[in-house]
Amino acid sequence: MTQRIFLSRDMAAVAVGADRVAIAIARAAADLGHDIELVRTGSRGLYWLEPLVEVETPNGRVAYGPVAPGDVPELFAAGFLDGAAHRLAHGTTESIPWLKRQTRLTFARCGVVDPVSLADYHAHGGGKGLARALTLTPLEIIEEVARSGLRGRGGAGFPTGIKWRTAAEANAAQKYVVCNADEGDSGTFADRMLMEGDPFLLIEGMTIAGLAIGATKGVIYCRSEYPFAIATMNAALAAARDGGLLGTRIAGSDHAFDIGLRVGAGSYVCGEETALLESLEGKRGQVRAKPPLPAHHGLFGQPTVVNNVLTFAAAAFVLTEGSEAYRSLGYQRSRGTMPIQIAGNVRYPGLFEGPFGLSLGELIDDIGGGTATGRPVRAVQAGGPLGAYFPRALFDTPFDYEAFAARDGLIGHGGLVVFDDTVDMAKQARFAMEFCALESCGKCTPCRIGSVRGVEVIDRIVKGENRSMNAQLLRELCETLKFGSLCALGGFTPYPVMSAFTHFPEDFGLVREPAEV
Amino acid sequence: MALVQELDLGTPASRNEKTVTLTIDGRNVTVATGTSILRAASGNGTQIPKLCATDSLEAFGSCRMCLVEIEGRAGTPASCTTPVADGMVVHTQTDRLARIRRGVMELYISDHPLDCLTCGANGDCELQDMAGAVGLRDVRYGYAGDNHLADTKDTSNPYFTYDPAKCIVCSRCVRACDEVQGTLALTIEGRGFGSRVSASAHESFLESECVSCGACVQACPTATLIEKSVLDIGQPEHSVVTTCAYCGVGCSFKAEMRGETVVRMVPYKDGKANRGHSCVKGRFAWGYTTHRERILKPMLREKITDPWREVSWDEAIGRVSSEFHRIQKTFGTRAIGAITSSRCTNEETFLVQKLVRAGFGNNNVDTCARVCHSPTGYGLKTTLGTSAGTQDFDSVEQADVIVVMGANPTDGHPVFASRMKRRLRQGARLIVIDPRRIDLVHTPHIDADYHLQLRPGTNVAMLTALAHVIVTEGLVDEAFVRARCDLQAFQDWAAFVSEPRNSPEAMEATTGVPAESVRGAARLYGTGGNAAFFYGLGITEHSQGSTAVIALANLAMATGNIGKPGAGVNPLRGQNNVQGSCDMGSFPHELSGYRHISDSTTRTMFENLWGTELDSEPGLRISNMLDASVSGRFKGLYVQGEDIAQSDPDTQHVLNGLKAMECVVVQDLFLCETAHYAHVFLPGSTFLEKDGTFTNAERRIQRVRKVMQPRNGMADWEITLAIAKAMGFAMDYTHPGEIMDEIARLTPTFAGVSFEKLERLGSVQWPCNEKAPEGTPVMHMNGFVRGLGNFVITEYIPTDERTGPRFPLLLTTGRILSQYNVGAQTRRTHNTAWHQEDRLEIHPHDAEQRGIRDGDWVKLASRSGATSLRAKVTDRVAPGVVYTTFHHPETQANVVTTDYEDWATGCPEYKVTAVQISPSNGPSDWQRHYEAESAATLKIATSVAAAE
Repeated sequence: MTQRIFLSRDMAAVAVGADRVAIAIARAAADLGHDIELVRTGSRGLYWLEPLVEVETPNGRVAYGPVAPGDVPELFAAGFLDGAAHRLAHGTTESIPWLKRQTRLTFARCGVVDPVSLADYHAHGGGKGLARALTLTPLEIIEEVARSGLRGRGGAGFPTGIKWRTAAEANAAQKYVVCNADEGDSGTFADRMLMEGDPFLLIEGMTIAGLAIGATKGVIYCRSEYPFAIATMNAALAAARDGGLLGTRIAGSDHAFDIGLRVGAGSYVCGEETALLESLEGKRGQVRAKPPLPAHHGLFGQPTVVNNVLTFAAAAFVLTEGSEAYRSLGYQRSRGTMPIQIAGNVRYPGLFEGPFGLSLGELIDDIGGGTATGRPVRAVQAGGPLGAYFPRALFDTPFDYEAFAARDGLIGHGGLVVFDDTVDMAKQARFAMEFCALESCGKCTPCRIGSVRGVEVIDRIVKGENRSMNAQLLRELCETLKFGSLCALGGFTPYPVMSAFTHFPEDFGLVREPAEV
Repeated sequence: MALVQELDLGTPASRNEKTVTLTIDGRNVTVATGTSILRAASGNGTQIPKLCATDSLEAFGSCRMCLVEIEGRAGTPASCTTPVADGMVVHTQTDRLARIRRGVMELYISDHPLDCLTCGANGDCELQDMAGAVGLRDVRYGYAGDNHLADTKDTSNPYFTYDPAKCIVCSRCVRACDEVQGTLALTIEGRGFGSRVSASAHESFLESECVSCGACVQACPTATLIEKSVLDIGQPEHSVVTTCAYCGVGCSFKAEMRGETVVRMVPYKDGKANRGHSCVKGRFAWGYTTHRERILKPMLREKITDPWREVSWDEAIGRVSSEFHRIQKTFGTRAIGAITSSRCTNEETFLVQKLVRAGFGNNNVDTCARVCHSPTGYGLKTTLGTSAGTQDFDSVEQADVIVVMGANPTDGHPVFASRMKRRLRQGARLIVIDPRRIDLVHTPHIDADYHLQLRPGTNVAMLTALAHVIVTEGLVDEAFVRARCDLQAFQDWAAFVSEPRNSPEAMEATTGVPAESVRGAARLYGTGGNAAFFYGLGITEHSQGSTAVIALANLAMATGNIGKPGAGVNPLRGQNNVQGSCDMGSFPHELSGYRHISDSTTRTMFENLWGTELDSEPGLRISNMLDASVSGRFKGLYVQGEDIAQSDPDTQHVLNGLKAMECVVVQDLFLCETAHYAHVFLPGSTFLEKDGTFTNAERRIQRVRKVMQPRNGMADWEITLAIAKAMGFAMDYTHPGEIMDEIARLTPTFAGVSFEKLERLGSVQWPCNEKAPEGTPVMHMNGFVRGLGNFVITEYIPTDERTGPRFPLLLTTGRILSQYNVGAQTRRTHNTAWHQEDRLEIHPHDAEQRGIRDGDWVKLASRSGATSLRAKVTDRVAPGVVYTTFHHPETQANVVTTDYEDWATGCPEYKVTAVQISPSNGPSDWQRHYEAESAATLKIATSVAAAE
């Protein structure tokens, strides 16, 4: 009987040697005469265990990791094909507490299936959301999504149902569904993991959106730094076309839908939806003023839904399992689950999908296991490079759009980057301004000039030049950026700057103001 | 007088008919749905600070000065990009907004030179104004940081400079180039703080694709893009609205003045022809008015080989009078005549023809329209009943299919071309019918659906083939034809065009255009919605010019594409007042308003008012005058503002005619080519120096206003008055407005026109009378002027001008953007930076066969003559066709054109000449001879010249 072994083909796993492990396993199996089938899956998202090798046993898949090529002969010798014990063994994968604790709705198949096998997708419950959507009217699909409480996972948290309804109500001969896969936030990787691990889910979600708004064309805009995701997505798109999931008669219905994939050129701001549309149109990646909203006047001036990868994936789940299954999870106005990406100086980095509402402290100390260096956690940047730095004092903040906003922060795309006590927060604040200056499209004045001046002002503060005047100037500049900028790049840069400045004034050479009594 | 101030409402008007009511700063305001908050506030008297917004461009939202607060909405949205909503409550002035605006301004000024007092825009700078408005008092960032203050200025364009150090990256220039001009020559290069305006791919403005229309300069809120004339002179102190004197688009300009010095010409937003846009000629090329070669004193000579002698006005006018009297006494009343100018005003033109008919006592008056659009008058009058285009320019905004035939709007009528291109970018479809691949065929964001690249001289065959498809494929608008047209004439025409010999397949051998393309184009024209023809001299200047105009009208009537906005038959008139000069009775057979001289009712009306009997026989056309001169029957000619020696065909024939005359009187700005053969030279005045009206291609009558005293001492109309008076036919007018009153009294289509009305309405389009007191934008709305539309059969008769072994190629001629007509004006401006010489375009195949490389001198020979110029090897022309412009007298392109002409109107066949091209060493014998002769006849008596 053929023994099935699973090993991730995910970029992060390959980066730590997964391909070399695969070769070693194939060689050893051949040498030893074992009949094995090595299935290359996506990642489970337990990155500190990659390369993670799983062996199919009657009790389920048994996990071994992190596996180095040199460990392979030893694993064979130990009888890992039967799920035998070993110093690298973790029992069945499902029983690993880090995974067991999760509620994997969006990432249920990721790391489990062969990502480019349509048969595997269907075998693991894929395609049911689309099948159901085909039995519904566009309005019913939109109602289902709206009822689920799903909000845009790109960062803005806009209710997906309302966005879809707006585009659906727009009158046009051609509409578009655009997937924002320009995942540029530092410390985030969920979009990439999904595209590499379960690409058909994204295709299914986009197709459902197409049915809902009356679009026949979809486009995935993927950043150029994701060659594996691009290759996997393209293979999946081809397989979906071959399998009749895309094309003129999707899944045998009378509906037409197809998806193309476009690759960006290395600009962060092209992840902003209007700059992304400009870029898709072949223009300079410059932000457009809103209104008009993309739902009215989007790609090539046509009504367009632009959603993040995770939003489409979650929508497919909602259609599969029903809005209640999704809505029942979550915290206050943040419904369902969020794939949180824990990164930086952390002991257990990886993707943790769970309902909203866990506190930041639980996520960092408990799930993340504290810092990798073993030193105390000093700050966590939540929500990418434009997110605020949270000091330990704010670790009670529940992971929720509104709760983070109330503390001058944002959850963004769900990225958490952990820093230990060696971090210089003035440098981090300067970096935020520098990042904004580097990535600014140059259209609006606050961002174009303000970011450059921001770096200069922070430098002067740190050098001790006219500190109180410059500190005031920095506060005013941040207000101008926050309220004056055209898009979130300039508008959110004050989050990391002001949070660093407020919570860690000593790093700027300033005296911490006494806490209010 | 003061500067004419135009309110900038920030964003374009909404065309929505529904309104909403909102509250801005506590005041209720009701505006059209879709209006921006910025515009609504502006109209309500609240000026929200702004920099990147201007009402000629779509809202952009980049400067972040116009932020407002809206109750119930988070944040501070930009008022330029946020549309109004019913019940919205807007606050434009709050502490937070004041802080943000000041913060943004502080950032702007942290990267801007503090040289306001010595800056060219001082007093006309929106950045300066806004800094004042937001109360900026300090730039706390200092100037030690990153900045652009040392960036280098680009002074390459002859008319304006680009100073990146002063750029605030508002993109108004880029957007003006994109949205208004449609050239897309400008972009923002780099990103973030490094963003700067770039012409093409980081080229100098002069070397870039920039067409120097001036839209960017006009849009710039700072001194970043600024006219060199403003840098030289300073800010203007008053301005006068007037009409451009170049092409037939008739752009309205503000002449911005410092005393009697023009500081700059700025397109006027209220101008209904140009809607605030301009081209390189009208905007910048007015330097000829003060060019040193301009003649400002009258001159006389006995023989054309004598040097010129400066004389007093009295002596010059006296000579004209005595010579014309002598000639008439000796050779008869009909031995003299005049040529009116399409460059002069309606009033001046009317006077010249009045001088001829009432003063000379004959009808020997003609005009340069003879050589351009006379077939338009004939063809449209025959079919529709009026000798003029059917639409206003605004109509193009509603066209769904645009057919451009025998015209090159981006070069010849650039401002209208920009409006057309805007419509094409919005999705209107385009058919180009032209032997040459004009720019419009493939230009940014525009690709012609069809380019029917026909052989020169086969227009009628092409148009009849298109009609064949319309009729035989059932694309006729039968309801329209039945209701509006002469059915019998239609049926005869339909039977004719349906004949198999007129099918695209049968005509393919003649036109050289694949039948399938012709069928496709015809289907698009017949079924694509509102379809409009725009045509030029490529239609009229043929032996079948009138037939082709008729064929256009036939097609428009058959498909119901006439008498409604978005459709019609639209001639693109070449000269500023070619429509007007025709309207004013410049043709030998017609009185003003196109009424035949033999019509005794009309004639009597004129006779009664003028108090003299008129000749009922039509007079001589230009070519007849020249013929009569050669045969000794015509001896005296008064030429006002036309250079027939350069612009008329078969130059040698023209010169022989002129040389045989005894008194040639030339009234012009410069010693033009015709002046070489003149005995009296009367210095003319420019459009800046006189009052009057011009009528553009859309029949729009617009005021020309005097901004300075005539530098020659007399406006052109006053010179004609002086001649009339000296000849004993006194005309009493103290102002051109009185001449217009007389025109209105005598001309039914002008009955409602007066200077007072033009002051009030800005402009009117004729017919303007009791039935249409405010004029007529679109004609034939409820019936054709002639009653029923008349279909006329258009049998294709090939021109006698054929290629053969000696002259195997066909020459066709055209224009270039930077030069105008014979170049008398534009050659005397910095426009020569773009076009220093005429070149001959030849296809690479034809060039290779003859051993000609790009830039080589070649001899261009026809049976009429030969000239030499340099070659430009290009596939813009098809094999077998060559092309050149006629802007430079050295080229003498009309030496080679022939004496063939339109069968109906005598319009010369400029557009088809059989030629041969061969390598050459330089100018031809003719050019050398002509140059020597010119030098000899150009002399002004040295004693006088030295005395100056």
